[in-house]
Amino acid sequence: MQDCSIAATDLACRRGDRVLFHSLSLELQAGEALQIAGANGIGKSSLMRILAGLMPPYAGTVDCQGAVGLIDERPALDTHQPLGAALAFWQRIDGPAEDATARLGLSHLLDVPVRYLSTGQKKRAAFARLIGQGAPIWLLDEALNGLDSDAARLAETLAAEHCAQGGICIVASHQAFALQPMRRVELAEFAA
Amino acid sequence: MIGRLASLLRRDLGLLLLGGRRGGTVLPLLFFVAVAMLFPFAVGPDPVLLARTGGGVIWVAALLAAILPLDRLVEPDLELGFFDQWALRGIAEEWIVVVRVLAHWLSFGPPLMLASLLAAALLGLDGQALLTVELGLLAGTPGLAALGVIVAALTAGLRGGAALAGLLVIPLAVPLLIFGAGSLATGGESGLALTGAVSLVLLAIAPFAAGAAIRAARG
Repeated sequence: MQDCSIAATDLACRRGDRVLFHSLSLELQAGEALQIAGANGIGKSSLMRILAGLMPPYAGTVDCQGAVGLIDERPALDTHQPLGAALAFWQRIDGPAEDATARLGLSHLLDVPVRYLSTGQKKRAAFARLIGQGAPIWLLDEALNGLDSDAARLAETLAAEHCAQGGICIVASHQAFALQPMRRVELAEFAA
Repeated sequence: MIGRLASLLRRDLGLLLLGGRRGGTVLPLLFFVAVAMLFPFAVGPDPVLLARTGGGVIWVAALLAAILPLDRLVEPDLELGFFDQWALRGIAEEWIVVVRVLAHWLSFGPPLMLASLLAAALLGLDGQALLTVELGLLAGTPGLAALGVIVAALTAGLRGGAALAGLLVIPLAVPLLIFGAGSLATGGESGLALTGAVSLVLLAIAPFAAGAAIRAARG
């Protein structure tokens, strides 16, 4: 896996009139994992979007080496398409990669339109898209939401394997995410 | 990069062309023909009057039909998270807009030109006027497509965005309408050339204007 690192310095995030957090710094090297914990609305998703470069921070800088893959509440799959075709679109964009659909238990769903899939099944499909992307830095925003316990264990295993191969995993979640070793940042400590 | 853009174009065409899920084609076409059909009922069957005003009616109908698919051009992809995922892969919004303008034009420009044959028959246009209308639409619809994508990007994510999009397109499309329909009155090339010029300006600014609007909507 290509060399990767992500570092954030003195980040602050403002939504509307409110500063959600400030003075947040973090740094991860290849193979490291980090959980961002905190209550609803504290700014976990905003932090993830800032780290992904999708939202400018109110203050501070993000320095990122390597491609970023993101899972959030939106799977970015065409809802009318069968799952196989919807994933094939991303495969054409991302190039040939490991096919994780069987491992994620999606094989029998490939000809089912995405709109008929359950929340957990869509989440698993998002993991298939993420693995196909082959990005060294994974940002998992509430990635366990909607997954049953078996699938949640599988997601944790996938994240552990990703780190073992030299990838970086940042997990934003209010629930436990079993991954060792993993650092933990309580976002509440940086709240304004 | 070219391969990625080809994949994007393939997806866009699948969504926008006839039978696509965001079916931009069928409804606007029916709407266009319906307006052309209503006009003779409203002003009476005087062939001289119809032939004189018919070209303008086709232009107004084309403009109104172009408004119908606006709310499905950008908003759904923003909502589903596609733009985020493209940005993560380093595909610039400007390129995505270029592809979308092309797909949008293919889904409504040529079909509208075909439907104009039917509309011209309903309005009793002669061959020369029909030719001017067709050439005018060929010059003007790319600009309408670019304008549509710009406005769709500007209004994506806003409450009541669809209605606002319609209101925004109408004044911005007035130059196209004046030159396009004006080429009928003068019967001349100057009107067509100016229509094409307005189209080119809109096509040139569309990637940057719509790209910036999409980035702003994501924040």
